[in-house]
Amino acid sequence: MVSLVSFFFLIAPVVCTCYYHVTFNPIEIEPFSFTENTTFGYGELLMSMTTILQHCLTGISLGGAYALIAIGYTLVYGILRLINFAHGDIFMMAGYFMIFALASFPWPVAIIITLVVTTVMGIGIEKFAYKPLRNAPRMSIMISAIGVSYLLQNLSTYIFTAIPRGYPELPYLKRIFRIGELSASFVTILTPILTIILVIILMILVNKTKTGMAMRAVSKDFETAKLMGINIDRIVSVTFAIGSLLAGVGSILYFTDRMSVTPFSGTLPGLKCFVAAVFGGIGNIPGAVVGGFFIGIVETLLIALGYSTFSDAFTFLLLIIMLLIKPTGLFGEKNVEKV
Amino acid sequence: MNSKRNTLLTTISFVLAIVFLYWLSANRLQHGMLVSVLQKGVIFALVAVSMNLLNGFTGLFSLGQAGFMSIGAYTTAILIIPVKSLDGVYYMNGVHPFIRAMKMLIADSPAFIQSVFPFIALLLGGLLAAGIAAIVGVAVLRLKSDYLAIATLGLSEIVRAIFSSPNFDQITNGSYGLNKIPNFPEMAWGLIPSLLTPFIVVGVCIAFILLLINSSYGRAFKAIREDEIAAEAMGINLFKHKSMSFVVSSFFSAIAGGLLAMYMRSIEAKTFSIPLTYDILLIVVIGGIGSVSGSIISAFLVTAAKEWWLRFFDQPLFFGDWQVPLFRTGFRMVIFSILLMVVVLVYRKGLMGSNEFSWDRLLGRFKRTGKSEGGRA
Amino acid sequence: MNNILLKTEHITMQFGGVVAVDDLNIEIPEGRITALIGPNGAGKTTAFNVITGGYQPTNGKVTFDGQVIGENYPRSKMKKIYNGTYRTLNEHQVINTPDKITRLGMARTFQNIRLFKDLTVFENVLIAKHCHIKAGMLRSAFRLNKAEELMMNQEADKLLHTIDLHMHRDEKASSLPYGKQRKLEIARALATGPKLLLLDEPAAGMNPKETEELALFIQEIKESFSLTIFLIEHHMDLVMNISDKIYVLDYGKTIAQGSANEVQNDPAVIMAYLGVEEE
Ligand SMILES: Nc1ncnc2c1ncn2[C@@H]1O[C@H](COP(=O)(O)OP(=O)(O)OP(=O)(O)O)[C@@H](O)[C@H]1O
Ligand SMILES: [Mg+2]
Repeated sequence: MVSLVSFFFLIAPVVCTCYYHVTFNPIEIEPFSFTENTTFGYGELLMSMTTILQHCLTGISLGGAYALIAIGYTLVYGILRLINFAHGDIFMMAGYFMIFALASFPWPVAIIITLVVTTVMGIGIEKFAYKPLRNAPRMSIMISAIGVSYLLQNLSTYIFTAIPRGYPELPYLKRIFRIGELSASFVTILTPILTIILVIILMILVNKTKTGMAMRAVSKDFETAKLMGINIDRIVSVTFAIGSLLAGVGSILYFTDRMSVTPFSGTLPGLKCFVAAVFGGIGNIPGAVVGGFFIGIVETLLIALGYSTFSDAFTFLLLIIMLLIKPTGLFGEKNVEKV
Repeated sequence: MNSKRNTLLTTISFVLAIVFLYWLSANRLQHGMLVSVLQKGVIFALVAVSMNLLNGFTGLFSLGQAGFMSIGAYTTAILIIPVKSLDGVYYMNGVHPFIRAMKMLIADSPAFIQSVFPFIALLLGGLLAAGIAAIVGVAVLRLKSDYLAIATLGLSEIVRAIFSSPNFDQITNGSYGLNKIPNFPEMAWGLIPSLLTPFIVVGVCIAFILLLINSSYGRAFKAIREDEIAAEAMGINLFKHKSMSFVVSSFFSAIAGGLLAMYMRSIEAKTFSIPLTYDILLIVVIGGIGSVSGSIISAFLVTAAKEWWLRFFDQPLFFGDWQVPLFRTGFRMVIFSILLMVVVLVYRKGLMGSNEFSWDRLLGRFKRTGKSEGGRA
Repeated sequence: MNNILLKTEHITMQFGGVVAVDDLNIEIPEGRITALIGPNGAGKTTAFNVITGGYQPTNGKVTFDGQVIGENYPRSKMKKIYNGTYRTLNEHQVINTPDKITRLGMARTFQNIRLFKDLTVFENVLIAKHCHIKAGMLRSAFRLNKAEELMMNQEADKLLHTIDLHMHRDEKASSLPYGKQRKLEIARALATGPKLLLLDEPAAGMNPKETEELALFIQEIKESFSLTIFLIEHHMDLVMNISDKIYVLDYGKTIAQGSANEVQNDPAVIMAYLGVEEE
């Protein structure tokens, strides 16, 4: 509840600002965003309102995909204190898996294959690149994560070439719905709903099951949890599995809307989702979701206002400001280092 | 005795290197690839060393190198593009009148000023980056390890967004980038040909960084790397020292950026995106985190391998009619990433660990291998 | 009559709901050895951290050498959840970072050794000398402060000689045996030129013989460096032997204070240590 309220509290000013811009500075609207109605006066204002709602819808949909990826970052950081730089690339790889799976299987099977392969890849990366460095300095494991990201990007450039690949259309997902003046494809509406459902399931999993309890214990205190006989390796694997699975789902939703995949299309979304996780308070699942939606909406609105060059920069500015004002994020807990 | 021998060896190799560079300068047309690899290598050596100053010596995991390089590159490029090329460069949006006026002024100034102006431009780029580092350092240096990494990475993306934004296109030429940037200038009235310039500039810069690392302040940096809390308890002002290291590192990254602009002759904001920082990190990790000489050696090796020796991985390879599988565009970079992972996972120390190059060690190794071979024979 | 070098007034340190130190009032006279004892988790290290500036106290005031170096009162969120027994002082706030306090003449060692492990013994000491450097970064990098550097080097060498670690001068700090690492940590603290030396369990992990040597060593350096010493220790023999005054903490509260004899026979102290009798 609190998160919901603060969520609206956060986006309200942004929406207002955008509303102001769109209403009073019509020149600043990018041509593609809205041009049909160029008459001034009441009609203009009304249509602008629709435009804003339209963008908000797009933003919420993008935010849903971001939220799903951000959860992966938050879970892994919570447990290993590691920014999994490769997470964005796992998400990108999932895009390619889907392209190839759909080329030879019907779509329900293709989705399952994609999700399974992505999950296995996530677990595999952990076993291969992070596990051997469990006791190494923090910097080594971070470099390893960057290395994996570099490897995945180069590998997919090699295998799939850097030319954007068209993302296949799934049936139903692209069907256009009209709600009054607004129009949206099914995926736009599905994304936030699916995100919320998955998050609720995840929350139940984390709070009610034994594995979930172990996950929370490990993220509170790695060493003690180990001493208490928790099988750390299993918990870490489960964490990576969940993170990658959600990234796989996010990837299907995201790329259906974007229509093409390149080897680098995971980098920026990845970093943004990490920012979303930090924004909501790293280690906190609802926080990551709020952060994901927030960044998705603001980014969409910024693009709509014609500041597309700054939409990426904004995310990082948000990060730096957040870290300075409240380093623990919106819902994070304080952590003091003992001497 | 050994130290005398070592000084002698060092002097000899320096002289040989300089003679070789002069020879190369005279025959640069036949050895285009070698020249370009060496120049690019030496530029990357400077960035790698300045990244190492932060990551390896001060223990601050910063990924903002590309951003500071772009500040240096853009400043230098904007300052040194000759006035006659301005209209060609800024053909889309026109150039800011102030820039044109400044260039007219320089074009009218005495020859001496014109000949040192490229160096002033480099310096200004460095100073601008240093100033920006000092300001943003207040904010980001309070962050701990991985937060710092992502914040500095974000910072360099912000810088990039600013450079490519249409709002400043009369200065930065927006997404079109800048071209017609003059190549390296000559030094000392032509006594030092332009080919040697980057080597000399980088040499001076790295010499300074080495002096700094071995000074009392350098030791304080290392103390912070080893244990922040203990360093603070020993009276070391963490913020002051971290920000010194950050500013110095940014300064030299920007100088390297300026040199890169002269080397590439044309730059755009895309050049300085995240993969560039990763490339530099690759050099530092392969060379050994905490080793200046490691970074230098690795900068040359990585550049040469990437641009030259391993090019064949990207070409289809035939034995008679049989085409070797795997060899095609992109394979080289895959090999590189695998190499990086091997270094990270297996040879965690890289080429040099945190040791510096020394003649004793090198000769010692030769002797040992010589002996063991002799033993076998 | 000795003057008071360090004084804490109503120091309270609260982490969330846990009051780790509660209304601590300590006076440390110049030239004496004062000890702080108490069972595990009593809040001794926390008290040290407050004094040296590592933590900002929730409430209270620390005065060192006539200067207030740290002062605070429960503010904002802490106002509501404050649990300390002493309510509030006047509403002043003084914040100093640990490095500043060290430069004022207070040095410390750590309970779990925190040497600069990858650096040599000599460098460890030399780094501690850095805090009083006069030359700026550029001057120092270009070696324009030769005289100063030379001084620092000589003093560091001299210190290593006095403390009997000079034979390990160029070895890595982490390669020293445990006892010598503890000694090096003390040497490093001494190199900052302190008036007051805070030792957090200097004898931890030492056998009785080593502990005895340490007692001598502490008294020696106290004389030769004209120090005041404030130490935390679990080895009762050591504490009772060398300290002029002892404070006893339990669950953050001061349950007794006085000379070795007085404290040893205090029923509250015996209660606190009951069952945790130290050897
Ligand atoms: N940063 C912190 N955050 C939360 N609680 C803390 C923190 N530092 C110390 N504490 C708590 O304060 C209490 C006192 O700890 P402290 O380390 O001061 O004990 P101590 O007397 O030094 O014990 P020992 O003899 O084991 O060293 C403990 O309960 C500890 O858990
Ligand atoms: Mg303690």
